[in-house]
This record gives sequence, C-alpha cells and structure tokens, in this order.
Amino acid sequence: MSTALTSVATTEVTAIEEANATLPKDEERRQPRRVVLTRVAIAVVAAIILMFPMYWMLRTSVATSDELSTLPVPLWPQDWHWENYTQPWSQYPFGRWLTNSVVIAVLSVVFTLAINLMAGYAFAKLRFPMRNVLFLLIISTLMVPVQVIMVPQFQMVIDLHLINSNWGVVLPRLAEAFGLFMARQFFLSVPDELIEAARIDGAGHFRTFWSVVLPLSKPLIASLVIFTFMWRWNEFVWPLIVLNDPDAYTLPVGLQFLIQQFSSNFGPLLAMSFLSILPMLLVFAFFQKYFVEGVARTGLK
Amino acid sequence: MTTVVTRRRAPEPPVRPGRRRRVASAALKAERRAGLLMASPALLVFTLFMFIPLALTFWYSLQRYSGFGRMRFIGLDNYAAIINDATFWTASLNTLLYTALTVPIGIVCGLSAALLLNRWMPARGLFRALFYVPVVISGVASGIIFLRLFDPIVGILNQMLTTIGLPAIDWQGNGTWALVSIILVSTWQGIGFGMVVYLAALQGIPREVYEAGTVDGAVGWKRFIHITWPLLRPTTFFLVVYSIIGSFQVFDVVYVLTRGGPGTSTTFLVQYAYDQGFNQRRQGYAAAIGVIIYLVVLVFTVLQWRFSKSRDDA
Repeated sequence: MSTALTSVATTEVTAIEEANATLPKDEERRQPRRVVLTRVAIAVVAAIILMFPMYWMLRTSVATSDELSTLPVPLWPQDWHWENYTQPWSQYPFGRWLTNSVVIAVLSVVFTLAINLMAGYAFAKLRFPMRNVLFLLIISTLMVPVQVIMVPQFQMVIDLHLINSNWGVVLPRLAEAFGLFMARQFFLSVPDELIEAARIDGAGHFRTFWSVVLPLSKPLIASLVIFTFMWRWNEFVWPLIVLNDPDAYTLPVGLQFLIQQFSSNFGPLLAMSFLSILPMLLVFAFFQKYFVEGVARTGLK
Repeated sequence: MTTVVTRRRAPEPPVRPGRRRRVASAALKAERRAGLLMASPALLVFTLFMFIPLALTFWYSLQRYSGFGRMRFIGLDNYAAIINDATFWTASLNTLLYTALTVPIGIVCGLSAALLLNRWMPARGLFRALFYVPVVISGVASGIIFLRLFDPIVGILNQMLTTIGLPAIDWQGNGTWALVSIILVSTWQGIGFGMVVYLAALQGIPREVYEAGTVDGAVGWKRFIHITWPLLRPTTFFLVVYSIIGSFQVFDVVYVLTRGGPGTSTTFLVQYAYDQGFNQRRQGYAAAIGVIIYLVVLVFTVLQWRFSKSRDDA
C-alpha cells in the first residue's frame, strides 16, 4: 500500500469508467448470478432508506398543514398544493437570499481559484525562501473550525464595515487550506521536463503557468470549482454570524429564519428547502465524476 | 506530506564556471521572485484571515469582552471559569460521546457501501450517486428535512413505528433520543463520503492480490479479514482522524434540529462557544473555548500528519 496513493486518486475515475465500460461481461461471468441479485436487493433497500427523507421532503412540500396534522399522514399526496412553492417568494425576500447565495458562491469560486491555483503552483514548482515552512503553516490550519477564530474574525469584519455585506462572508473564508493543498498536490504531478521545455523556449514563469500548465489542469479546476461552490453554497455558521439583516441573508440562513416564521406550516418550509438545494443537486447530477475525483484527490492525502 | 512525485531535473550541461554561476543566480532570482509573487495573495489572505485571528483568539481569551465597548484584561480567569463550568463539561462529554458513536458507525456504513458497490452490478453508478446525494445537501436543509421526520406527534417516523406496533419515541423531549437523532442525521450525511474514499482505496488493490489469496483459500469473509481490511488500514486511519475532527465541528444540523436541547443534552463544544460568544455576548469566554477546541484539533492534525509522513517515507 506504500504505492503512490496520489496516483490511485488521479486514476480512480478512469478506473471506474473502465470498469463500467469494459469489465461488466468479464466480471459478470465471475460472479454467481445469486450473488449479484443479493447485492442489488441490498442496494435497493439501502437506497430506499437513504432516499426516504428526500422523498418525504418532496411529499411534504405539496401538503397543507391540515393534511400534515391529520394522522395518519398518507404516504402519497392526496392533492397537490403547488402554491407552497410560489407564495413564500412574495412574503419573504427569498429572491434576495437566492441572489446573495449565488453572488457569494460565485465570488468565492473566482477568488479561491485565482489564489489557490497561483499559490499551489508556486508551492509545488517554484523555489522561494521559506517555502516549506509557509506551506506547513498553512496546512496546519486545514482542520481549524470557524468557531475557533470567529470572535476576532467578527471584530475584523466589523472594523472593515462588512457586516451584512457579501464581502464580509466571502473574504474571511478565502483562507481555507483545502484548495491550496489540492492544487499543490495536482501540480506536483506535472512533469518538470514540460515546464523546463517551456522555459527554454523563452517563456517566463507566469507565461509557463498560464499557457502550459493551466491548460493541463482542467480536472483540478473542475474539482476546485465544484467543491468551493458546494461548500460556500451550503455554508451556515459564518454567514449566520456576519448577516443580521434579513435582506442580506443567504439561503441557509434564510431557511433557519423561516423555521420560526412558518412554525408548524411545514409545506412551504420544505418547498423552500427543496428549492435551496436544487441548484446543488443539478450541479451534482451534471458533474458527478468530479465530485468523486475531487474527494479521492483531497481525501486520500 | 507527500513525496510521491520526485522532482526530476535534467542535468545541466557543463558551462564555464564563472559565466554559469551568474546565469544560474539570475534564473534563481527570477524563480524566487515569481514564486513569492504567485504565493503572495494566498499568504496575504492567510495572514489576515487565519494567522492573525488565530493569534488574536489567544489574546481575546485573556479578556472580558462583550463584543463592543472596552476590553478588560483578566489573565487566565476565563480558563479558571471554564474548569468550574458544568455546562462546558457537559458539552465536552456530549462531543466525546457523539464522536465515539458517529465515527465507528460512519466507518462501518461507508465501508459496507463501498464493498457493496465496488464490483460490477446493474445500475451501480446510480446507486453510488444516490448514496452520495446527502453529502451535497446543506446542513440546514438536512436539519429541516429531519425536523419533519422526527416530529414526536405528527412525524412520519413515529407514525411508522406505531403502525408496526412499536412505541412512539420522544425525539425532541428526551435527551438520549435527541442525541440519537443527531447521530442518525450525521450518519445519513456521511455515508457517501466514506463510501467514495473507500471505493478509491478498493480500486487501488491489485486483482492479483485477491487471485493469490483465492489460491491460498482466502474467500468470502476470510478474504475480507485477511486481505481487504489490512490493505485498507491507511484509508481507515485517514477516515477515522478526519471524522473525529469533523465531528468536533458538527453545528448546522444541531442548530436546526435540537438547538442543543432539550436542556443541554445535545450541546456540543462548538455550539457552546457560539452561544457564549454571540448570544450571551461573552466573547472572551467564547475565545477561550475556541482555544481549547483548537488545541484538541491540533493534536489530531499532527497525529494524521505524522502518520501520512511515515507512510510516504516507507
């Protein structure tokens, strides 16, 4: 197992794809039919259990509070109250929350990418003073929870007059070591010969980075975009601290505000919850393989 | 942390010594400049929003401070108060209990899912995706979904339990069951991650190893005990440490589902720090709790780092 786990991580997706593309017939022959059927049966049961909360969210989202408080609650909707999906938009600034969430996620993705791609390359391929000490210092903060530094960070945001502003949410969270770690890890696997060839052709360090290394880094960029987007879209504690004005809320903060507003009227609450996770579900559906790849890349090292 | 990819530099052609040194040092300077320049945005961001706040947390922990007005230096009084703070110890105990339960459950579920979906079967990709869906959902939305499921009176879970003849469970009024509900949600959220990490590791086990094992009579359960599990040990170690640190940070679901209650039975350290800092407005005290969380997390980070280093050197 001392074999390079990094290479395992980077080849993992291809391994899955190959397994899907070429091996089925081969492997099917090796597994008794009974075994495959048992595994499918277990997987179906597990999937039903794991997906039931999701189903129940959808089912509840079209129900009235009367329907939900008359026991027993039917497992399938009797009538469909689609107004649960539309009414809250006019009662609460849901559109604002959505905009805020989008702006914060996009800004975070752009800045995280710029900062981490450059720094990851520098830490992987360029020699400069104190390089290893600095990298170690940054990496040591990989697992520091927000709650550790929230008090001084909050003061800082106040001093910068960024309370209730999107930037107050975005800026402090740029100091996250995950992206940098992932980027450095990826750039380490870029062969030095390639970089030197570009240098010999007369390209400067920045040009080499921009026109030789970056075009090779699409899988890294995809993983970084997706993970940063997911983390910032779902983030709760920090926006909860920085945003006090309902108009400035992001979707998760807005949702927890709605819990009190709707109290027992769960229909609209779950409808809004579903709308808030829908973008994330779509991103996941379309870019599934990058989630797996990214987890493998960050996860194993 | 990794030395997997060795730096390969082509041997430079012999040049006359004097000229060569000058060229080399100019190139080196350019490389240094480029390196520092490209790293500088990250260094700036980390200094401003991580290193300074981290240092300030220690400083704040020695103060009495409400969040506005004047700070008052009180030395180690916050820490002395923490030692005598029953709620702090309850929160620590809850965190410990929660960690001790969620981490092994998460490992078992993640590994089972990976083993189940590792080899070919119909719709394998779809199953993998479905198992992973809870990972991409925000903690707040998950909390709301389960708020409805765990409702003691009209929740569907209790309705199902009573339908099959079991007693209804007081998910919100009973401390133990409230903790169980949090653990259930965390497990639901975490299976996909463990699965994907284990799947990556399983893909890395060469087929020959299994074939050799089959010859030696290692099949089924025996094969798992003697071949798969030992080979997965580094992955398991990684996941254990990662989940321990992660379980110190569980916040969103608790905030939505139980608010730390009933009483303090689901209050964890991060909730307590947040509550002290931003509800009770005892920011110095919250910073002191932050320092303690930091030290605990640091121990595990170092542990993990040392392990992955020794593994890479091996």
